[in-house]
Amino acid sequence: MTAIPSTGSKAGTTSAASTLGQRAGKARRRLSNPWASGIAIILAILWTLPTAGLFITSFRKQIDIGRSGWWTVFGDLFTGDARFTWDNYDAALHGSSTNLAQFFVNSIVITLPSVVIPIAVALLAAYAFAWIDFKGRDWLFVFVFALQVVPIQVTMIPLLRQFVNWGLAGSFWTVWLSHSIFALPLATFLLHNFMKDIPRSLVEAATVDGAGHVQVFFRVVFPLMIPAIAAFGIFQFLWVWNDLLVALVFVGGSPDVAPLTVRVAELSGTRGGAWHLLSAGAFIMMIVPLVVFLSLQRYFVRGLLAGSVKG
Amino acid sequence: MDWLTAAGSPAQKFTLMLFAIVLFIGVVALILFLVDRPKNPRKWMLVLGFLGLPMLGLGFGLVYPAIDTIRNSFLNRDGTRFVGLDNYVTALTDAQFLLVLRNTAIWVIVVPVLATVIGLVYAVVVDRSRFERFAKALIFLPMAISMVGASIIWRFVYEFRPDQQGIQQVGLLNQVLVWLGIPPQQFLIDQPWNTFFLIVVLIWIQTGFAMTLLSAAIKAIPDDIVEAARLDGLSGLGMFRFITIPSIRPTLVVVLTTIAIATLKVFDIVRTMTAGNFGTSVVALEFYNQSFRAFNSGLGAALAVLLFVLVIPIIAYNVRQLRLSEEVR
Repeated sequence: MTAIPSTGSKAGTTSAASTLGQRAGKARRRLSNPWASGIAIILAILWTLPTAGLFITSFRKQIDIGRSGWWTVFGDLFTGDARFTWDNYDAALHGSSTNLAQFFVNSIVITLPSVVIPIAVALLAAYAFAWIDFKGRDWLFVFVFALQVVPIQVTMIPLLRQFVNWGLAGSFWTVWLSHSIFALPLATFLLHNFMKDIPRSLVEAATVDGAGHVQVFFRVVFPLMIPAIAAFGIFQFLWVWNDLLVALVFVGGSPDVAPLTVRVAELSGTRGGAWHLLSAGAFIMMIVPLVVFLSLQRYFVRGLLAGSVKG
Repeated sequence: MDWLTAAGSPAQKFTLMLFAIVLFIGVVALILFLVDRPKNPRKWMLVLGFLGLPMLGLGFGLVYPAIDTIRNSFLNRDGTRFVGLDNYVTALTDAQFLLVLRNTAIWVIVVPVLATVIGLVYAVVVDRSRFERFAKALIFLPMAISMVGASIIWRFVYEFRPDQQGIQQVGLLNQVLVWLGIPPQQFLIDQPWNTFFLIVVLIWIQTGFAMTLLSAAIKAIPDDIVEAARLDGLSGLGMFRFITIPSIRPTLVVVLTTIAIATLKVFDIVRTMTAGNFGTSVVALEFYNQSFRAFNSGLGAALAVLLFVLVIPIIAYNVRQLRLSEEVR
């Protein structure tokens, strides 16, 4: 099924006699495909070209980047003038003005706990909402769900004030706690949705065998939740790794704590014309999410379709 | 205990990271252990055990700060004096902020509509084609990239070199203009079009999201409906207009509203590409500037509350449409 009308098929049918209707139908189907393919190819190129251009640039010599556009590389490949180098990556990672290697470590240190903590805590909440009957449960669940509406901007200044009071300002704890809390409503909602689909008979069978809630949680529920946890985990991973606002507000530009996004955004402001550093820096920042995304795309899409959407 | 808040070397940082993970997993395990100790635990103990920690986090990190921010939005710049609605009046009438509001409105209308339309067209044209998975991954890929990364990618596309003898363009878009015989443009500086060149970046990111959800909705249309329509003589655009669109209407609403909410809160792109200069600022960036650069916490809070208030009608519409579509079924 295709939505693109084939104007080309008209030319094919006007000359054809009506007895050739069947053949015309075939032609229409055959001709409609090139239109669809054409649109698909144009969009795919438009969506890929910007990234490809910066990627090629990241391997060109600094002097070449300033002198000509990245597309000239293709011509140079024929004449043998094309020059590629790892220097930009080396300069971006270890150069004293960029030092992205250090920020790369920060990004990892920020991201992993920010993924694990909310999942652990949300599993508790999701279990309670799905399998423990108590008064006001539905009301409380709706409330938690509704908290997704609160933009994180609304929470930032009071939260920052608390962190200052506790002496945590500028440390990893501020980002870990913030990311974990901001993720809780969505994580609870998603994991609950998966959890309540577990057949009641499974849980009841375990209960009859004398298992308490904790055993039920670990022996029955948790193993069945792995795909849902993976789906949310990837989402949260990408979200935290790519975050700028939370890191900027809570740890600022401190080289001991700030993640790659903060540093690269800063470079973009202060060294906006240094494309040899910016292009390499951008790809150093993107490599981990791209690998995670490409290898776990299936779970990511599942998370999306389950309503795992976050603004 | 200094290392708890000031880890310096990578080794210290990774140790601290493991400590944090083990600490939280440990707390969760301890809670479960305590809840499990009594043979027949009381219900309130169970509820407290399972829900205590999450509720504490939500109360401390979302509920209390939100209330505090709403209160702050009625106070002056350093939070010492009650000023009523002054901050809101400033945010809604001052010329500088009116421009910001106008820009935000343009973003929230243009990004969802274009991302959804392009995503829908793409989902339809690659549906059941041979390279469907690969073709989808290409459009979907920008979603994995941070907005900072996307901004740098596009800043390079828009890069401008003055039109002089011996100077070659290195930005693709300006090179295309030169090839077409048009002088190169400063895409990020010339108002008001620069806002649209920023908007392109978010459309580029969000189209993959729209495409994925809409594609799944299209595939979920029952085959017998499609077959029946085909027997009735529908094909091409007719099929699209009378079968595809009505069938995926609920998904369309979800996609449009979700992207609209994300757009409302976008600040990374504007900050990285123009820093809000040249008349490109938006509410979410102004919130940041007022709160953390101009140190006007009252106005910053008012802008944050404004974001909050703007989100609510979009969500209300979303919920209403979902319930309507369920009633139809």
